Amino acid sequence: MSRDFKDPIRSRLRPGLLAAFAVLVGGMAAVAAPPPPTDVEATDRPWDGGGVVEVTWSAPDVEGLEGFQVWRAMTAGETLAARSKARLDALAELKQTAYDNEYRRLVDVEGVAPEDARMAADKVANLALGQASLQKDFGAPATATDDGSSLILIDTVGPETTSKMVPKLLSADKDGNPVEYAFVVRTIAKDAGGDIEYSGYSTPSEVVVAKAQFLNLTRAPLLIILLMLCGAVLYFILKARRGVALKIRTIAGLAAVDEAVGRATEMGRPMLYINGIQDMDEIQTVAGITVLGRVAKTAAEYDAPIEVPTSRSLVMSAARETVEASYLTAGRSDAFNPDLIYYVTDEQFGFTAYVSGLIVRDRPAACFYMGSFFAESLILAETGNSVGAIQIAGTANPSQLPFFVAACDYTLIGEEFFAASAYLSGQPEQLGSLKGQDMGKVLVGVVLLVTVTVATIGAVTGSESLMDAVAWFKSTVLSG
Amino acid sequence: MGFFERIGNLDRRWIFLLMGLAVAIPIIIIDVTGFIPPELPMPKAKSTFQTLDDLPAGSKVLLSWDFDPATEGELGPMANTFIRQCAQKGHKMYFMALVPVGAQMIRSTTSDVIGTYYPDLVYGEDWVDLGYKAGNEAVVKTLVTDFNQMFPSDARGEPLSTIPMMSGIKDLTAFDAIVSVTAGYPGCKEWVLFASTPLKIPTVVGCTGVIAPQMYPYYPQQIQGLLQAIKGAAEYELLVNDWVRRDQFRNTLLAMGVEVSGEDSMGDLPSTSEELDAWAGDHVGKGLTEAQATEVRGFASEKKAELVAPVDAPEPGLFLEAQKRMGPQLSAHILMLVLIVLGNLTYFVTRRRGGGR
Amino acid sequence: MKRTVPLIITATVGLLLIVANFVPALSELSEDGTTFFSIIAAIAFVLGGGSLLKVHLKKLSDRDRGWAYSLIVLGSFFVTLVVGLFKIGAPPNPAYPDKPWAGGYNEPGTFFNWIYEYLFYPLTATMFAMLAFYIASAAFRAFRAKNFEAILLLGTAFIILLGQTAAGPALTNWIPPDGPFAGLRLEELSAYVMDVFNTAGSRAIVIGIALGIASTSLKILMGLDRSYLGGGN
Repeated sequence: MSRDFKDPIRSRLRPGLLAAFAVLVGGMAAVAAPPPPTDVEATDRPWDGGGVVEVTWSAPDVEGLEGFQVWRAMTAGETLAARSKARLDALAELKQTAYDNEYRRLVDVEGVAPEDARMAADKVANLALGQASLQKDFGAPATATDDGSSLILIDTVGPETTSKMVPKLLSADKDGNPVEYAFVVRTIAKDAGGDIEYSGYSTPSEVVVAKAQFLNLTRAPLLIILLMLCGAVLYFILKARRGVALKIRTIAGLAAVDEAVGRATEMGRPMLYINGIQDMDEIQTVAGITVLGRVAKTAAEYDAPIEVPTSRSLVMSAARETVEASYLTAGRSDAFNPDLIYYVTDEQFGFTAYVSGLIVRDRPAACFYMGSFFAESLILAETGNSVGAIQIAGTANPSQLPFFVAACDYTLIGEEFFAASAYLSGQPEQLGSLKGQDMGKVLVGVVLLVTVTVATIGAVTGSESLMDAVAWFKSTVLSG
Repeated sequence: MGFFERIGNLDRRWIFLLMGLAVAIPIIIIDVTGFIPPELPMPKAKSTFQTLDDLPAGSKVLLSWDFDPATEGELGPMANTFIRQCAQKGHKMYFMALVPVGAQMIRSTTSDVIGTYYPDLVYGEDWVDLGYKAGNEAVVKTLVTDFNQMFPSDARGEPLSTIPMMSGIKDLTAFDAIVSVTAGYPGCKEWVLFASTPLKIPTVVGCTGVIAPQMYPYYPQQIQGLLQAIKGAAEYELLVNDWVRRDQFRNTLLAMGVEVSGEDSMGDLPSTSEELDAWAGDHVGKGLTEAQATEVRGFASEKKAELVAPVDAPEPGLFLEAQKRMGPQLSAHILMLVLIVLGNLTYFVTRRRGGGR
Repeated sequence: MKRTVPLIITATVGLLLIVANFVPALSELSEDGTTFFSIIAAIAFVLGGGSLLKVHLKKLSDRDRGWAYSLIVLGSFFVTLVVGLFKIGAPPNPAYPDKPWAGGYNEPGTFFNWIYEYLFYPLTATMFAMLAFYIASAAFRAFRAKNFEAILLLGTAFIILLGQTAAGPALTNWIPPDGPFAGLRLEELSAYVMDVFNTAGSRAIVIGIALGIASTSLKILMGLDRSYLGGGN
């Protein structure tokens, strides 16, 4: 490989690329009809996560102005990639030619069998490729890209616009070196005959690096929402710690846990607890483990066996810890059997088949489905229903809620499921977090009402300022 | 025990049997008779088609097959049709999967569609199989910033640097569109949240009926097309089949030296030589010049026959799968409606009798 | 100690992931966090495999009820493991024809691929297809017009079930598609219900869930909720 290909990008950009770029720009300008924009400047957008540059220019005084085209020069890295690709293509073509020539010679002249000729030609072609690869500048094209241009069109904007945010740029290359960009702008105008004319390219902007700052303030709205929500939760947790009484409504599904465990004890049949089919990085699995702690404690008190097949190894470990702690709390650590909490398979339907079979064979008196479920929800819940088990489900997967509601006796819907740990613990701090969560809901409701009202009034009255406000909200707060 | 009491205590295995018959009988009838239930493309299927059609030929399309054999029945036909549209249009196809068996799905769909109907497409230049990558949404997040970190090689073990169509692909911004065919998690939601929304890449999604309601809020801002289960697939299949026929007709004409200009949809395609003459006359000023129309009318009869032959030729069975599967869906839905009505009748009758006692 | 260290790790990594959203320099660290999880989950598979073996070998040795199923589980496990690990039947890799074991373990022609194609594929498809039967029996049992809300639900079900098939257009094709009542065509009604009512309901549930997730995550980060570490306190 030639040394040229290993040169750092930065050192190549200014002397090489910009010189060629300026020549190209000068040549084009000579034949341009309307004048190009002036004062083209490119500045890095401040306080962002990198990758965005703002290009500004001054519009020329021209009749029939239609808009502007914003272009950027290919970076040194892109030019290098294009040259490398062209080189590889040329090498591949050379190899193919060497192969074809040798194959034809062997088959047509020497009468070698085609199978043998293929192998021999392949060897010759590889040899030719190896030799060609050693040549320093072999195959490197004179121009940067296939069509000879080294500019990339970014966007076309209207005549009123004199700036453009250019996104999707690189801050640094693979080696961590900053990538420098330069921009040019063209004027689009209609001539006296009504035909579209393009100006030459403007003088290129100074090179700019689309670097990331320490703080990405384009996400400030998200930060504010986060702080407000967390602040509300923390405020009510502190309030609860100070002893303010907080009321929480009864969650029927959780209140029924005792009933289900009691029934299993009476019938002398086991209970089944399914913690969803996802891993511990899923918050629903964590919430499911919390409920398991409570169910296992009640089971330990009633001396009812509880079986927990899991579809993830980490969930098995966490479930064992939790159930063991529950038995310990209930003073029944001797009755804890870790073998009843075991791993089955990660495969969704393999797990479903196992659990369905288990339900049919063991006919558990109570089934709990708490966690993240998908298509298996109805299969499991219907199988449990068919053996007459009392069933309680909880999930935050909206698509599975209808199935659980149809086939189970009680269902914890979405947020109820997350409220379960606070509800079950009865600790004031945890109940405070629920109150804070409610405040979050109020906040979301207010924002929804205000923005929908503003958007509606804006649409009805045609008020530009209101629609601008809605557009600002969409582009900043909602896309943060 | 009266009729309604019997129905009320019906063993569910009878329902299973009825459902089995409701699905099996239409499958057999459709297979024997070739009857295809009529379909009407709805806006979401149309915009799915349009999104990929609006891209110029040669655009880079990332196709993520995030489904498994379990949902192949529901999602396989739309996956095949996505490939057909991209291949016919001349897009560069980059296949990958977020679920382990998605890799096999890529292999089977590409072999069925590209291998059989587009054998001219070259691996590494027109399409590439990147295979499965573990890590769920972390894979998508990493691809947003660095493609090579996740995929140093393709599914066949070839380093990406040796694959021509991978040149210039540094991250997801290099792609012109994303297609996600999804059975659950991980899948379309992760693509929408972590790739298409922040990077504003046009995205179309095909998913199972169960998760489609979750995707509705993202349409049409964050995703530009949405195919809901086999119904969406059937509508999309109909659109693509019709377009492919027109495109093939247009290409055959071009090969014969007549270029239909602009975006002319070409109306009803002619299926006989006489219809071809009439068609050429009708399209003067729409897509053909007077001279071109005269040229078409003057084609030799063999040439005319060659031109119109594909218009009425039967569609390959692979590209009718979704529409065929709408037959069993119709009978299964009707059975469910009958069961719901029966269940309610039983409920009211037994309640009245119970109340009377 | 058993609790404190995991709590510190949870709080540190959790906060890092949140802060990385606003500090670009930390974004690589947050990616590393997710990679660490994948590594730990992969190592934990050993635990899972051990548990699987222990449970089923015990059932087998005790001749528990259903021990034959355990035999099938263990047999399938080992056969799949061996054919995958030793690439049985793998064709040579075209790029490295001289190197043994260079071919893919799941290439067409391998025994592993055969297992996938003729056992795994039909079995999982069968499991998923069972949903059709269960949906029918659940609909028969649960869809009762007990009150006003249930009647609304029932009506919606009728519209969607018919609108999602050819029956929808067939039943209402007498309504002109361009007329003022075109919205009453079943396929249009079905799309309207899904787009408007379903989306509105889904959004409400999703917002509630998102807030629940945020609040639960905060409790975990602050160490208020320790139940996942075994016990509440």
